[in-house]
Amino acid sequence: MNIHAIRAIYRFEMARTWRTLMQSIISPVISTSLYFVVFGAAIGSRIPESHGVSYGAFIVPGLIMLSLLTQSIANASFGIYFPRFTGTIYELLSAPVSYIEIVISYVGAAATKSILLGLIILATAGLFVPLHVTHPFWMLLFLVLTAVTFSLFGFIIGIWADGFEKLQVIPLLIITPLTFLGGSFYSIDILPPFWRTVALFNPVVYLISGFRWSFYDIADVHVGVSLAMTLAFLALFLAVVAWIFKTGYRLKA
Amino acid sequence: MQNVITISNLSKTYASGFQALKQINLDIRRGEIFALLGPNGAGKTTLISTICGIVKPSAGSVLIDGHDIARDYRTARSLIGLVPQELTTDAFETVWATVSFSRGLFGKAKNPAHIEKVLRALSLWDKKDNKLITLSGGMKRRVLIAKALSHEPTILFLDEPTAGVDVELRQDMWKLVRTLQESGVTIILTTHYIEEAEEMADRIGVIRKGEIILVDDKMALMQKLGKKQLTLQLETPLEAIPGGLNGYQLELANDGNELTYTYDTQGERVSILALMQDLNTAGIRFKDLHTTQSSLEDIFVSLLKEKA
Ligand SMILES: Nc1ncnc2c1ncn2[C@@H]1O[C@H](COP(=O)(O)OP(=O)(O)OP(=O)(O)O)[C@@H](O)[C@H]1O
Ligand SMILES: [Mg+2]
Repeated sequence: MNIHAIRAIYRFEMARTWRTLMQSIISPVISTSLYFVVFGAAIGSRIPESHGVSYGAFIVPGLIMLSLLTQSIANASFGIYFPRFTGTIYELLSAPVSYIEIVISYVGAAATKSILLGLIILATAGLFVPLHVTHPFWMLLFLVLTAVTFSLFGFIIGIWADGFEKLQVIPLLIITPLTFLGGSFYSIDILPPFWRTVALFNPVVYLISGFRWSFYDIADVHVGVSLAMTLAFLALFLAVVAWIFKTGYRLKA
Repeated sequence: MQNVITISNLSKTYASGFQALKQINLDIRRGEIFALLGPNGAGKTTLISTICGIVKPSAGSVLIDGHDIARDYRTARSLIGLVPQELTTDAFETVWATVSFSRGLFGKAKNPAHIEKVLRALSLWDKKDNKLITLSGGMKRRVLIAKALSHEPTILFLDEPTAGVDVELRQDMWKLVRTLQESGVTIILTTHYIEEAEEMADRIGVIRKGEIILVDDKMALMQKLGKKQLTLQLETPLEAIPGGLNGYQLELANDGNELTYTYDTQGERVSILALMQDLNTAGIRFKDLHTTQSSLEDIFVSLLKEKA
């Protein structure tokens, strides 16, 4: 293991986070707060409690997931795309680092950032609604697993993209809609049976359900299924990353 | 082991189908300065990038100090420092951070004293806290060199290090290259300035359309291919070259006012002496004379023409 290299890349990426603190941390916090003001306080006060959880509290796990998914993808894809774009990737490719080390450091840094972000949003939410986490261990597990998994996904996008638009396209066209429709703001139980079945094809439903379960013990699907789904995504993305490195896809001419 | 790099049958065909390297065989000797010359698009950067792991070879192998660049890439790459042709740097990092980053990337523990030494040698010390985006092109070039030297490589690739560089930096750079060579570093450089190769290199390789068409010691090359010309300014113009001088390669120029004699650099003295005597016998007098020797550039140009 080239520990020095992992440390160097990780530090480099984290330094970028601190440098761009405004957009990395503060803007998601502001947008999440807005969701609370609008959905939690304004509209939510007219929505009845379900399972003894107020609507404002109910949407907290979904909102954190929303940020976690979009931010993990954004951080990781940008982190690897930018050196490709500027050409500084030459140094990484010519360095004595293995692919595993590259993934650990880039994905590790991106995941760290979105985990921090998730915790900050959680703390922000605590200012608006009373929070309690029934299964803290599971909460952290889902937080970390989701951050890592979707940072891997972002890493893949950053290698696949050959322009800044492509970097935006997947989060915008796929992840955000799937998250909104995946039960961030409602339980899929309230959907008519047909749409409920459709919703079960949305992978994000499983992520949000498991995460919400760790908070309030209420879930759309069994927590074991949620965990299995998360791990399946992790395995899928790991396989794609392994293939990318094996073939040199878009990294090496 | 005398050779520090051994390239065997190395070929590269890009995804576009373009074959940029054709069966390259080349050995680089330990401690030498090797200049790779060739026109634009000849494959110099491709060759260097392949050795350094940035481009995947299509066939063939490269050994770095006995370590295969594919199988034993860690050891192979840790021995190499690369200064790329393009000026690509981060923007918002400081000089110090980016150079320290390179050292870490290449698996070396922190060593601020070494980084300081490198930065001072490149006159970058007073810029160490500056952001890269604020530096001029020449300064960025220095930073790239500093990054390449940050991990104490034993082989240094300089891909057109003097493109767009002023005289002072160029001289600094060559001084540094000499110092590095004295400390045992092998240096491979590409350049379009042939005087540079002539001044710096121990050996010269010429690459054209992906093929190495010549590798030789610089001195041998210049001697082998070098021609000398002796030009005599005649006192009285000649109509024709007298028959008695037929044994020499002589030409009349400038309305018969100049006589030029072309000869190989080998065995020159004897023939010049004989020519002088024969001129004397023929009653030809001259008021001035000078000699010119073909430079590497002439050799290079004629070589590329010849093989075209
Ligand atoms: N990624 C690539 N895909 C396809 N062709 C490429 C690629 N990179 C380089 N080439 C082609 O390979 C050939 C060799 O390019 P290379 O950059 O190695 O030349 P060079 O000798 O370094 O030239 P220069 O003196 O201009 O730097 C050129 O014809 C170039 O167009
Ligand atoms: Mg080049």
